[in-house]
Amino acid sequence: MSASRLPRSLLRSTVALALMAAAYEALARSGAFPPALLPTLPAVAAALWSGIADGTLPAHAASTLWRVLAGMGLAVVLTVPLGILMGRVRAVEGFVLPLASALMPIPSLAWVPVFILWFGLGNATAVGVVLYAALFPVLLNVWSGVRAVNPLWLRAGSAMGAGTAALFWKVMVPGALPFIIAGLRQAFVRAWIAVVGAEMLAASDWGLGWVIFDAKEFLQADRMLASLAVIGLIGLAFERLVFGTLERATVQRWGMVRSAKA
Amino acid sequence: MSYPTADARLPSAGWRAVVRAAFPFLVVGALWEAVAHAGLFHPRLFPPVEAVAGQFVRLTASGVLPHHAADTLARLAAGFGLAAAAGVAVGIVMGRWRLAEDVLLPPVSMAAPIPGIAYAPLFLLWFGPGSVSTVLLVAFVSAFPVVFNTWTGVKSVKEVWLRSAMAMGAGGRHLFLKVVLPGALPYILTGLRLGLAQAWRILVGVEMLAAVPWGLGWMIFGAREFLNTDVMLAGVAVIGAIGLALEKGVFQRLENYTVVRWGMMT
Repeated sequence: MSASRLPRSLLRSTVALALMAAAYEALARSGAFPPALLPTLPAVAAALWSGIADGTLPAHAASTLWRVLAGMGLAVVLTVPLGILMGRVRAVEGFVLPLASALMPIPSLAWVPVFILWFGLGNATAVGVVLYAALFPVLLNVWSGVRAVNPLWLRAGSAMGAGTAALFWKVMVPGALPFIIAGLRQAFVRAWIAVVGAEMLAASDWGLGWVIFDAKEFLQADRMLASLAVIGLIGLAFERLVFGTLERATVQRWGMVRSAKA
Repeated sequence: MSYPTADARLPSAGWRAVVRAAFPFLVVGALWEAVAHAGLFHPRLFPPVEAVAGQFVRLTASGVLPHHAADTLARLAAGFGLAAAAGVAVGIVMGRWRLAEDVLLPPVSMAAPIPGIAYAPLFLLWFGPGSVSTVLLVAFVSAFPVVFNTWTGVKSVKEVWLRSAMAMGAGGRHLFLKVVLPGALPYILTGLRLGLAQAWRILVGVEMLAAVPWGLGWMIFGAREFLNTDVMLAGVAVIGAIGLALEKGVFQRLENYTVVRWGMMT
């Protein structure tokens, strides 16, 4: 991209966004739609600000995040060892793979009613749905990652006298790490969808998904749009900060993948 | 995304591959039976396999399950059809004209990271509960991967191909139909595939929220009221089977007919 082009497209983007915001604002103020359904931008900003100021929005965000992290943590603990075993032992692969291929196409939200019956309304159901959503991306990526480890590296490692443990920690795990990180990324995107849906359906008083659903009952579109913005921002922050940092600290530093901007 | 499967590595195994693939299901089924019959959980909450199968047969024979499935599939087709048409069009416009790219990219990238299901209450508020909201939301959500991939695909068409086609005398429409579109097709197909997967993942959840009269999502969510876990599990199995059929049947075939045949992908 040439240097003179960048400011121009930035300018155009800003102007376009400003125009769109102005058009939205004009539509909202024209009175064609009731303000409860189409709130003005200042009203959305005010709802966002009052939610942050009285501490409810951060508290909702915290319980949503807690559910995502708990579910993903469980998924990682369960599937990383299983994925590695699948990559190394043919019998495990032959057993798990058909099961995973049969369960994978079931959307995680389809389990919500079943989990509600099994675990009741609340945290356990939400965490369970997140776990299910995160399970397969991590499992399949760990498995592909282990299989993608160059056998030459393993042989070179053992020729230099590395034992089983050293081979595992120094060769296999780092070698599979680009895949594992890709799997975690994919898992987070799905878990983020799952948690919002689960919170709407298995209403539990706290959580960003519940806020949106609750706001619908009271026709508070401003509160809805405010928490939509928070959901989007947290998702984006996770993608950029958490996974970006993880990648830079490990696989990029080791020169296994190049940064996307290069 | 396609992962190599275990049995793909033993092509001539024949019926032994079938047995090998069925074995894990038999083990899990037997475990399930053992737990269900052990009486640890109430049979209404943890029904044995034969109860689920019986419910599946009964619901299929009475035509209830096919009706639910047909309505869900009709919504999927309508929503995804809208998304594919609009998404490819927007993506091509963004890839070909710089102005469109500058104008459309910021709002699209702002709306994309929000999980689609989060928009559901907003759509229900705007368009009312029922099928219209469901179809529009599914279309909206599944359009994003289509737009992004089409845009990337159009931009990744090699300059050399364009210039050599122009040197050979290809004009605007010809250039577009014979070079740009086929060149971008692998990306567009990937986008459509991701979009369909997204649509499917969200549709079942939206049906639960939107209180549609028929639909698999509604069926399993409604069964909760009556503690009909067997109905739910039968519904979940059908949902999984449709998901698998969509992935294997629709897009792998489409890819084989087009880009694989042209030698652009293997």
